[in-house]
Amino acid sequence: MSFPKLATSAVAILAASAATAQSRDNVQVAGSSTVLPYASIVAEAFGENFDYPTPVVESGGSSAGLARFCEGVGENTIDIANASRAIREGEVEECAANGVSDIIEVRIGYDGIVFASQIDGPEFTSFEPSDWFNALAPQVMVDGELVDNPHTNWSDFNEELPDAEILAFIPGTRHGTREVFEEKVLAAGCEETGAMQAMMDNGMSEDDAEDACLAVRSDGLSVDIDGDYSETLARISSNTNGVGVFGLAFYENNTDSLKVATMSGVEPTTDTISTGEYPVSRPLYFYIKAAHLGVIPGLKDYAQFFVSDEIAGPSGPLANYGLVSDPELAETQAKIENEETM
Amino acid sequence: MTDATQGAPFPASRPTRSILSEDARTRKRNAAERRFKMYGMAALGVGIVFLVLLLTTIVRNGIPAFTQTFIVLEVPLPEATLDPNGERLEADLKKVSTFGYNPLIEQALIEATADIPTEIEDGDLDKILSASAGAILRNTVIADPSVIGTLQEFELLASSRVDGYLKGRVERADLARDNNLDAAHLDLIDVMVERGDVERRFNWQFVLGSDASESRPEQAGIGVSMIGSFFMMLVVLGLSLPIGVAASIYLEEFAPQNRLTDIIEVNISNLAAVPSIVFGILGLAAFIQFAHLPQSAPLVGGLTLTLMTLPTIVISTRAALKSVPPSIRDAALGVGASKMQSVFHHVLPLAMPGILTGTIIGLAQALGETAPLLLIGMVGFIASNYPDGVAEGFLSPNSAMPAQIYEWAKRADPAYYERAWGGIIVLLLFLLTMNLIAVLLRRRFERRW
Repeated sequence: MSFPKLATSAVAILAASAATAQSRDNVQVAGSSTVLPYASIVAEAFGENFDYPTPVVESGGSSAGLARFCEGVGENTIDIANASRAIREGEVEECAANGVSDIIEVRIGYDGIVFASQIDGPEFTSFEPSDWFNALAPQVMVDGELVDNPHTNWSDFNEELPDAEILAFIPGTRHGTREVFEEKVLAAGCEETGAMQAMMDNGMSEDDAEDACLAVRSDGLSVDIDGDYSETLARISSNTNGVGVFGLAFYENNTDSLKVATMSGVEPTTDTISTGEYPVSRPLYFYIKAAHLGVIPGLKDYAQFFVSDEIAGPSGPLANYGLVSDPELAETQAKIENEETM
Repeated sequence: MTDATQGAPFPASRPTRSILSEDARTRKRNAAERRFKMYGMAALGVGIVFLVLLLTTIVRNGIPAFTQTFIVLEVPLPEATLDPNGERLEADLKKVSTFGYNPLIEQALIEATADIPTEIEDGDLDKILSASAGAILRNTVIADPSVIGTLQEFELLASSRVDGYLKGRVERADLARDNNLDAAHLDLIDVMVERGDVERRFNWQFVLGSDASESRPEQAGIGVSMIGSFFMMLVVLGLSLPIGVAASIYLEEFAPQNRLTDIIEVNISNLAAVPSIVFGILGLAAFIQFAHLPQSAPLVGGLTLTLMTLPTIVISTRAALKSVPPSIRDAALGVGASKMQSVFHHVLPLAMPGILTGTIIGLAQALGETAPLLLIGMVGFIASNYPDGVAEGFLSPNSAMPAQIYEWAKRADPAYYERAWGGIIVLLLFLLTMNLIAVLLRRRFERRW
């Protein structure tokens, strides 16, 4: 075949295939990289048990996923956004402005956030929220005064911690995990050490002081990780003194290279998280675009399958992987059945 | 004037010496040359060391992905659980989900290991098997309902940790705090290996299969994303070759030299240096948000990569056209050929090896590209089956080889890390083949003037 003929036929094939572009028949999901493992397990089982194609699940962070979710309604937008935090009011407004007004919120269970370090590294075995605040905040309390953070070693402020340089790998701001870390660890530590009271005494309003409590030092001892937990793991493997923030499921898959520390004296396990004893945990969600129900085949089936007892229940594959199953699963199932929007 | 000539000093006579003995300056120049040669060799040496290091790391980490542990197990398929109505209707058979098969597998494992003393609780035995076992049984039953009521022998994938143990990646000590497997399971595996129920062999599923979820690394394969890459390359080849060649023939042979063509030329060179992620954003805006093409489709991936490959092809094609001597064109025009005839009958065939080499190198570059695919939804958990036809291949969601490797590298289970290295080996083999074809084409058809 001559070259021009070859080229023309190639273009013709492309044009023909583009013309046959029919409506999308697979569910399209994006969002939190913490939810991704669970969503992929469900998507795989969904593809095996139903006659629909396996849903496509992308990651990229809760905020990025919700931003794509709120782009609008239609086949070239995603159907479901995974999130490791609840949707914010600003995002709901953004969604509504783009025509995504009916959103179904689905809570799939709880996830623990654990603090782990190299298995052969310094003995980081127990933390308190105040330790993390003292290590990471730009301003801390020393001898009753609010001063610029002078600490370089963990033992500087808590003698029970090892005499190792502070080097913390915390999730970047586009991860939902960061929000939980700020709220449950930094803010708690801020109050515990009295730094928040000191800030308010210095003339800050309560809201400003709350925001100031969430700041982290910028001198390189606290490193934001914008990638996934595997990046945090790589950074810890190359830094003996590094301590990182992980999801419980990720840690449970890497117990050969990581050791976990207790928080406020409680060891993170699915049991302690489900009873609420372990303080740093958060609910995981996904959000369904109600306008796509009935348009995208299999969307409702996928959502129902996700929260069904055999998947998200206490002995299902999600719990085996590290998800703490939601005691109120039945209500969530009813919510999807009735397509209750927010 | 005359003063100047007269005043010029008489050139000092050179000192007489033998040309066989080096003077200081010659020695210095020779030393500089030797030093330069040394620098060159040192640079080459460092390069080779890095290359060897890279290749040995890739091969050492990636080779284990090409073998996989299988467990042979006889599983009873009772009618009471699988088809209570006894009518063998497909709809009835499909009602039993993959989870419904798990008790059967558990029972089969208990029976198979009944004579081996172990402390493992019965409910925990199936940790040695991949979670894919239920799906394998269900697919077998749906494909051939006559197996119901019989005892069937299945070859099931071992779980990633058992597989890692037989590959030397997982040690007993590693399992001390691991919820996924206990050391007692490994004792059981040791006995089963001796009996021949457990064997490790070449892993076709890795080469041919599709992606799997986080909990089943043992099932994951690169095959379907290979097909995705193939369809993308078809689009890239089908579009960028004709467009690129036509553009460069016009610019090189027909276009007048003026301000406009200058601007075009500068822009093409600049485009070749634009980071690939920028083309991804362009692809998202133009093809998905504006043209409403489907997300995650190889067609869109191919179109985006076409944008990226075009400048490379235009530049190499123009270089190939330039290297054809003007005498050929003059001779053709001299015997009465039109401008177009001279180009298509004489210049283009002679420039073809150069054009093809440039195209193949451009394609190889596009094949290894991940960044633009991130933005058009081709990176993520995309476990599609093989496409049913050509149109499906272009339009149904799929991944690409480098995207698949990136995805595996960031997953939690260390077994996926091994797969990522294995994927790199497959990708490198493709790139090596393409570059080899480029070299062969050049050798075979190149002409020197």
